[in-house]
Order: sequence, then C-alpha cells, then structure tokens
Amino acid sequence: MAEPATRALRTDTMVLSMGPQHPSTHGVLRLELMTDGEVVQDAIPHIGYLHRNFEKYAENLTYPQIIPYTDRMDYIAAMNNELGFVLTVEKLLGRGPRPVEVPEKAEYIRVIVCELNRIASHLLAFGTYGLDIGAFTPFLYAFRDRETILELFEELSGARLLYNYIRVGGVARDFPPEFHHRLRRFLDYFAPQVDVYDTLLSNNKIFLERTTGIGVLGVDDCIQNGWTGPNIRGAGLAWDLRKEEPYSIYDRFDFAIPVGKNGDCWDRYMVRMNEMRESVKIARQALDQMEERGLLEDENFTANVRGTLRPPAGEIYMRTETPRGDLGYYIHSDGSDRPARVKVRSPCFTALSALRDMSRGLLIADVVAIIGSIDIVMGEIDR
Amino acid sequence: MTHPIEAFAARLRTTLAQTTETLELGGRWPEAIPLEGLIAIMLVLLAAVSVALIAVVPIVLVLMERKISAYFQDRLGPTRVGPWGVLVTLADGIKLLFKEDLIPPQADKMLFRLAPYVVFGSSFAVVAVLPPFRSTVIGNLQLGLFIYLAVSSLVVLGIIMAGWSSNSKYSLFGALRGAAQMVSYEIPLGLAALMIVMTAGTLNMQHLVMDQVGGIHRWYMFRNPFLFIGAGIYFISSIAEVNRTPFDLPEAESEIVAGFHTEYSGLRFAYFFLAEYANVFVVSGICVALFMGGWSSPIPGFQALPGIVWFVGKVLVLVFVMMWIRWTVPRVRVDQLMAVCWKYLLPISFVNIVGTGVVVLLEREGWGAELPIGIGHMMWIAVPVVLLVLGLLAFSGTAPVRPRPTTVGR
Repeated sequence: MAEPATRALRTDTMVLSMGPQHPSTHGVLRLELMTDGEVVQDAIPHIGYLHRNFEKYAENLTYPQIIPYTDRMDYIAAMNNELGFVLTVEKLLGRGPRPVEVPEKAEYIRVIVCELNRIASHLLAFGTYGLDIGAFTPFLYAFRDRETILELFEELSGARLLYNYIRVGGVARDFPPEFHHRLRRFLDYFAPQVDVYDTLLSNNKIFLERTTGIGVLGVDDCIQNGWTGPNIRGAGLAWDLRKEEPYSIYDRFDFAIPVGKNGDCWDRYMVRMNEMRESVKIARQALDQMEERGLLEDENFTANVRGTLRPPAGEIYMRTETPRGDLGYYIHSDGSDRPARVKVRSPCFTALSALRDMSRGLLIADVVAIIGSIDIVMGEIDR
Repeated sequence: MTHPIEAFAARLRTTLAQTTETLELGGRWPEAIPLEGLIAIMLVLLAAVSVALIAVVPIVLVLMERKISAYFQDRLGPTRVGPWGVLVTLADGIKLLFKEDLIPPQADKMLFRLAPYVVFGSSFAVVAVLPPFRSTVIGNLQLGLFIYLAVSSLVVLGIIMAGWSSNSKYSLFGALRGAAQMVSYEIPLGLAALMIVMTAGTLNMQHLVMDQVGGIHRWYMFRNPFLFIGAGIYFISSIAEVNRTPFDLPEAESEIVAGFHTEYSGLRFAYFFLAEYANVFVVSGICVALFMGGWSSPIPGFQALPGIVWFVGKVLVLVFVMMWIRWTVPRVRVDQLMAVCWKYLLPISFVNIVGTGVVVLLEREGWGAELPIGIGHMMWIAVPVVLLVLGLLAFSGTAPVRPRPTTVGR
C-alpha cells in the first residue's frame, strides 16, 4: 500500500545565494551555498560587486593623485594603504636623480597613524565578529572606542575614513597643537580596554564553542593559499613584515608578534585582539621617542617635493603589513608623471580564496563565523 | 461553584430590573435577555478589556528593552518621542501602521496573511491563565497549566506557516529552525512544569499560587533542590521558547537575515513583534506563578502591597534577566542548541522528576515528620553532596587544557 519512505522522500541540494546584500557578508560578497539542510556542501564566493577599476584609473593619474584612490581600497585601514603606496613611490624615486628625503618627524607620524589605524581596523573586526556570532553589545563598545581614533584622525587630516594624509615625502599636515596629549590620553585609556573586550566576548563559553575548531587552516595550507597577516599568524607562523622586512622606522620599536596555535577562527580572532595591545605599545614608543628627540617642536613634517614627480623608468614591487596582511604594490614606470601600470596584491583576496576549502561540510552559521574571522574588506578584493 | 462572571451577570440583571422598575420605565426588558446572552456579552467585553490591557505590555517591554540595551551599550537609547523616550514604541507602531502592505508575489497569500494572527493570537490567548492577583484570573481554569502548554505550542504553527508561505529560502530556514527548536524545548519545559504539578497536585494556576503564599521559603523554587534545578531548566527552556539570544536561531540576523519574518513588513511584522514581547511576558509570568510564588508577598507577614505589584515586579525581574542575557552573550549554533536540550536539559529533567517524586512520596507517607527539618530541606544537603561526589568522579582525570595563543617576541 504505502510506498517505502525512501522512495516517497526525494531530497535535493538547495542553492542558497547568500549576498551580495546580506548582513554578514562584510560588504558585497556573494556566496553560492549548496546546502543540504543546514549543512553546507560547497561555498563558492563570487566577487566583483565593488570593482571600481583602481588599477586602470591609476594609469591615468599622476602619482600624488593616486593616493586618495588607495584610500578607497581597504577603507577600514586607509592610512596603511596610503603608506604602502607612498613608500613604493619613494623607493622608486630613490633610484632617480631626485630622491626624496623623508623627515624624521614624518616617519614617526606615519607609524603612529598607521598603528592607530590598525587598532581602528581590528576594533571593527572585533565588533563585527561579535555581530556575526550573534552578540550585539561588543560591536557598540568597539565603535565607541574607534570613534575616538576617528576623531583624532579628523583633527589630523580633516577626514574620518578616507584621509589622503600620507603624501610622497612626508605627511599632509603637522600635528595640531596639543594633539600629542590627546593621543596619549587615548592610548592610556585604550590599553586596559582590550581586557574588557576579552572578558566580554573572547572568553565567553558560547563564543569559544562557536569559534574553536571551526575553519581550521594549518600553516602549510595557509602558505599554499598565500595567506598573510593576522590570518597566517593565527595558524602559528610568526610572519610580520614589520619584523621581516622592516620598512619606514619599524626597526626602532620593541613589540611582539602575537601568534595562534590551531589556526581556527578563535585563534585568528585572538591574534587581532593581541595585536591591538602591541599597536598601543608601538604608538606609545613612537610618541616617547618623538619627545626625546624633540620632534614635537620640529616643524619639518614633509620633504620638499615641489614640481611634478617623475620617477625613473623601471619596475618596483614593495609590500607592507596592513591590518589584513601583506599589501603589495607593483608599479611600472615609463619615466613620465603617470605610472604605466599599477598592480595591487590584495591580502583579502588570498584569504577569501581558501573559504571554499574551509567551509565544506560545516553549517551555515560556521561559514558566517569563518568569513568574519578572516576579516575581509570587499573594497580591497574588488578594487 | 459558579463562575464569578455568572454570579455577576445574575446580579447585574436583578439590578437592571430594579432600576427600570424604580424609574417606571415600564418594560421588563432585562429579563427578556437570556442569562447566557448576558454572560456572553460580558465575556466579550472582558476579553476586549483584557486584550487592550495586555497590548500595553509589549509596548512597555519594547521600551524597557531599548532602554536597557542602550544602557548596557553605553548609549542613551530613545530620547526624542515623549519624556525619556517613553512614547517611542507608539511612534514605531504608527510608522508600521502606515507602511505599504507588501506581500511577495510568489507567496502563498492566504497562509502569509494568516500566519501573524496565529502567532499573535496564541501568544495573547495564553495570558488568560496568568494569575496576576488573588481574586480573579481572566479564566480561572482547573486545567490552567495544561491550557498554557497546549495553546503556546500553537505559536510554532504560525512560524511554520510564515516561513513556508513567504516562499523565501531564508524564511524557510528560519521556520524549520523555529519548529525544531520550539518542539524540542517544549519537552524540558513541560517536564519542569510537571514537577510542580506533582508537588502541588493541581493544574489550577490560582491553587498553585495559593500553595506558595506565606513568604519566600514557601516558593516551590526553594522547597527542594530538584524544584530549584527545575526552575532553572524552565527558565532556560522559556528563553528558547521565545526565541531570544542565545537561542534566537529562527531569526538569527547574521545567518538567515530575519528568519521566518524576513518577508514581512508593516503591520504584519508588528504582529510578530508584539507577539514576541507578549510571549516574553507570558513565559516569565508562568515561571513566576509556578516557581516564585505568583502574586504572594515574599516577606512573611508583609501584606501591605497588593498582589499585582508583586506579580508584575517578579515578572519584570525575570524579563530583565532575559534582556541582560540577550545583550551579553552570543548565539549558539543549531547543533549546539539541540545538544543543550537533548543531552543536558532533558536527562537532568528526568532525574529531577524522579527526585521530586521521591520527595513527594516521602512527604505524603509522613516520613521525617518527627524530624526538625522537612524532607525537602534535607535534600538541600543530600543533593549537593551527591553532585560533588559525581563531579569529582567525572573530572578526576586531567582536565583538557585549551592551548592559548601566545606571543613570540623576536
């Protein structure tokens, strides 16, 4: 009479198109999820929804004109993007007849703003990761403190997100009066604040249950996928360009590289939390050294780079450590005032490329946890 | 015993008849109305008044949640509409009322329209069995607790209807999650309530509360450790029943957008929203009635405040704890949610049932009547000792230590 249940129940894989408008795809990522119930059989990322042609634009702009466009790649850590590009151009100019001598004060200011920007970026990663896992409150705590950094940046550059502050030869403006006091007050306030976050979220039982053992990627696989930054440090490899290939004046500071052990979501998250502590240390040391060297009174914050910049013909590649990993700029110059070709090596792109392997066989909620833990910014992936 | 409504209707009819006679209106029309008709009219009026009163509850709770979450998160919350933002929920309601009435073209229109009312209706119907004060409940039913368990299960039906009829994948996920979750958690919830029924020997909410009158030590929660654990299980399950963090999977916004009500907007969404907060109030109210003495005063001999103050006060404390949890912890995953229910709450509930049974049996047999302390009080010593021994046995091996990320200085 009745048919066997196996014949009556025909099941099929459901394709769930998650994004580009979805609360936890961190921008405009689209994931094509093949789901069997809640189990994800395959997760295919589709990118390109935020493509703005940065590299092509750069071919038609003079070097200083490109700087604001770099802001718009990783808009969460714009200062770090600018620094990478500016250092690359300065290195290229160094080969020519008119090398640029960056004043010491500018170097210190660059390090301070980049480390502050790193804290702001990691705060956003921490807050939104809380949202991804379902805790709302950490997000607002993170944004409260990020706000202070943005206010400092506003004082410094006039902008809160896209600064156009670091320029070839130095920085756009000097510290405003009494700025270093406000900066130090923030650092003093913020250092113990990370412990508050740890109490609130990092060591929460549910949070640990959700993130440990999820999205594990070992060191070898990380290297295979070209992972860098906090993501590879989460797997246990102490790879940090600020130590490996010290650029700017990073060799003058004493700081540690936080690493994880298991390469799971919690480790990657925790590396960022510990990096905030280290960034505070770096910014403090930079401020102290500025005082010791009497740089706060110095008014020389930029080199004389009047006239059109015409780097010598040739190729150059340089990478810096942004909050998301190795951000590399390749510039091909033909000796004119505009680059012949600019190529950016994006750390988020490589991070996202491993998503498919990591999320196979997990649940939908785990995929969300993984995306949050690799801390991608679509602006940088799509450029 | 006649229902108070019946007695009141009869009295009203006599009074009306007398009045018409005194005023010499001549007619004897009140007696022309059958008693049943009068009762029906009065019940409808009572229901209308109750629903109107209870509709205020979600409005208050929404404001409470917004203010509490704001202060937890170092913000001010609503401040613009009315003093201290008290009217913000009304403003929100009016906004939702004026929104365009959207039904997705692929939706099953009838089910889509029906679902909010099923959820809303079953949430509000349960209010009838709450005992907010001594004299009356809206429906003083002998099977009050049973009615609560039965009617509150209908909510899940509305959720499935909403998720299925929306014809959206996120809604479907939300509905299936909701169905699995609510059906699962109903079991520990029912078992916790069963413990009370075993102890009290009644399903009548008012009688349950009467048995707890006389101070905090009379509360079922503190009668013996099994009931105390039962109260905990009930509270955890009730959080899952009302879909709140950490068990808010059916509407987990970071995973499935808004779950079963993704496609709803305007007034229909408002119905889901109101039902959610009405539910929060109801499960807390039932918890208060079952475990925390209902409307009775916790201080022995102190009777100055009316019962409703105690009842609402206790409910608000529980609601506050729910909000506190919601704005502090993250969300569990769907398999962890099921594990909490089936692997922990349910076995503990069964042990609890047996323990409660033993206590009830011993007390009924008159054991320990000559001792200075009761059986339940002795259990307060016995159960922790047993738990301690079991705990030591279970964790006597080396505890697994989670490797922590370290810092490498170079």
